[in-house]
Amino acid sequence: MAEDKGGGGHDPSRRDFLYVAAGGMGAVGVAGAVWPMIDQMNPSRDVLALSSIEVDLSGIEEGQSITVNWRGKPVFIRHRTAKEIAEARAVPMADLPDPEGDEARARKPEWLIMVGVCTHLGCVPLGQQGEYNGWFCPCHGSHYDTSGRIRKGPAPLNLPVPDYVYLDDNNIKIG
Amino acid sequence: MSGHSSFESNNAIVKWIEYRLPIFSFIHGAVGVYPTPKNLNYWWSMGSLAGIMLVLQIVTGIILAMHYTPHADMAFASTEHIMRDVNYGWLMRYMHANGASFFFIVVYIHILRGMYYGSYKAPREILWWMGIIIFILMMASAFMGYVLPWGQMSFWGATVITSLFSAVPLIGESIVTFLWGGYSVDQPTLNRFYSLHYLLPFVIIGVVFVHLWALHHHGSNNPLGIDRKGPQDSIPFHPYYTVKDLYGLGVFGTIFALVLFFAPNYMGHPDNYIPANPLVTPAHIVPEWYFLPFYAILRAIPDKLFGVIAMFASLLILFVLPWLDTSKVRSARFRPVYKMLFWAFFIDCIILGYLGGKPPEGIFIVAGRMATAFYFLFFLILPFIGWFERPKKLPESISTAVLDSGGGGAPDGATAKAEERG
Repeated sequence: MAEDKGGGGHDPSRRDFLYVAAGGMGAVGVAGAVWPMIDQMNPSRDVLALSSIEVDLSGIEEGQSITVNWRGKPVFIRHRTAKEIAEARAVPMADLPDPEGDEARARKPEWLIMVGVCTHLGCVPLGQQGEYNGWFCPCHGSHYDTSGRIRKGPAPLNLPVPDYVYLDDNNIKIG
Repeated sequence: MSGHSSFESNNAIVKWIEYRLPIFSFIHGAVGVYPTPKNLNYWWSMGSLAGIMLVLQIVTGIILAMHYTPHADMAFASTEHIMRDVNYGWLMRYMHANGASFFFIVVYIHILRGMYYGSYKAPREILWWMGIIIFILMMASAFMGYVLPWGQMSFWGATVITSLFSAVPLIGESIVTFLWGGYSVDQPTLNRFYSLHYLLPFVIIGVVFVHLWALHHHGSNNPLGIDRKGPQDSIPFHPYYTVKDLYGLGVFGTIFALVLFFAPNYMGHPDNYIPANPLVTPAHIVPEWYFLPFYAILRAIPDKLFGVIAMFASLLILFVLPWLDTSKVRSARFRPVYKMLFWAFFIDCIILGYLGGKPPEGIFIVAGRMATAFYFLFFLILPFIGWFERPKKLPESISTAVLDSGGGGAPDGATAKAEERG
């Protein structure tokens, strides 16, 4: 840049330095100004404030499921039967595309809590359907077992288990 | 606009694109080699600053639209949501609100620059018209934008300004009902203002393009107001004026940032942080500062219809300024009488702005009428000045004036010396 124009016989490296320093400061300034314009699209404070919910499990009988809304998504809470638990725990790890033990997914075996969003492209799977008597996604035919693990179809991963804690025997807090 | 370009490239991709879409030679011609008078001062930086402010307003406006709800029950709350919950929402809103003010500051200086240096004269009359159209569109845009937060000033400002049209004989009331979409300013009004507030800036971009098209056809006027005699009177836009405009942007941006971060509500009204209430009008209702001179003219006339006519006339009279000014000399630097008159007009505008913000009582009414009378008097005596005024001797060319820094006004001597070094 500088060697051809030259500052009337001055040392060209000085001009290079000024050019790069001014450009560098400009780039930093522009980046600093642009960041708020990008960050404004991230979740706002009121959205973040609503990111956890509490659920009372006491009314859900064995074999029943409820769906609750958490962060705008369905969370399946299923009171599993003994048969479903047994089926889920009997599966060899080698049969699973996304190996994960049922013990790790259900902290108390009778309560399965997971986000009901298919890991393929985001549809909501139907309960107690499909070849494994778990969940079946009608959009592109993904089959999940009674632990919500992917067994067959295009979905790559198991239905995710959200962070949750037992506040007492009958109440949980999700998120 | 690309007429000045001699663009050549050895890059195969550039050549491939250039052959199909001559965008590189277009840019090269418009902001690269574009020949510009070599004696422009910093008042000529306002055009690029206005363009930058327009872009900033559009960018921040699109961002605000992502979080704002144009509903009478939710607009105020969603504005507070932007201020409190959205990441950097306060910054986006303050930038947009103060950006409007700074946009007007820059455009007012730009207009006064044009008036002082006679930039509206032949062959730049249409360029001047496009500027006035942009100015009117800006005012409409700013007015509707101010309604959107749905505070008390929003609501009552909207009521007062739309009611101006009720002064139209016979069909006035119908026009107002049509503008409101109902019998008062309400949800339909807010919703349509939101839609139009989003639309108008893009219309402005279109007119700006025509403005620049006309500008680049004959090129910029200059502080001497004389035509360029040859290539020795011009320098390429880049790097000389890109750097000059960037420096101007740096100074302007510093002032903007000071207000933005330390006095963001200085130019606003506290009443607008009270949610709109159709049953109670604030005690003292005033428009934003950039409307105050026109508001003062409106109030100066003690008749509803003629007040409205005077207010619109004060704006529309600018369209005929190129013909009201009968002098062939452009720059006020060589027009002693016009120069005095110009500064009197400038001070009159400031006085009108001051009076527009004062309650319409006592001395303010008298002063408002006098200032309004002088505003129009300026345009009425302008034709006569051109006839009897004896302008100073014009320099032979821009180059001779610039190189002979003894001539011309004192502040420009400094500029001329700086140019010599370059």
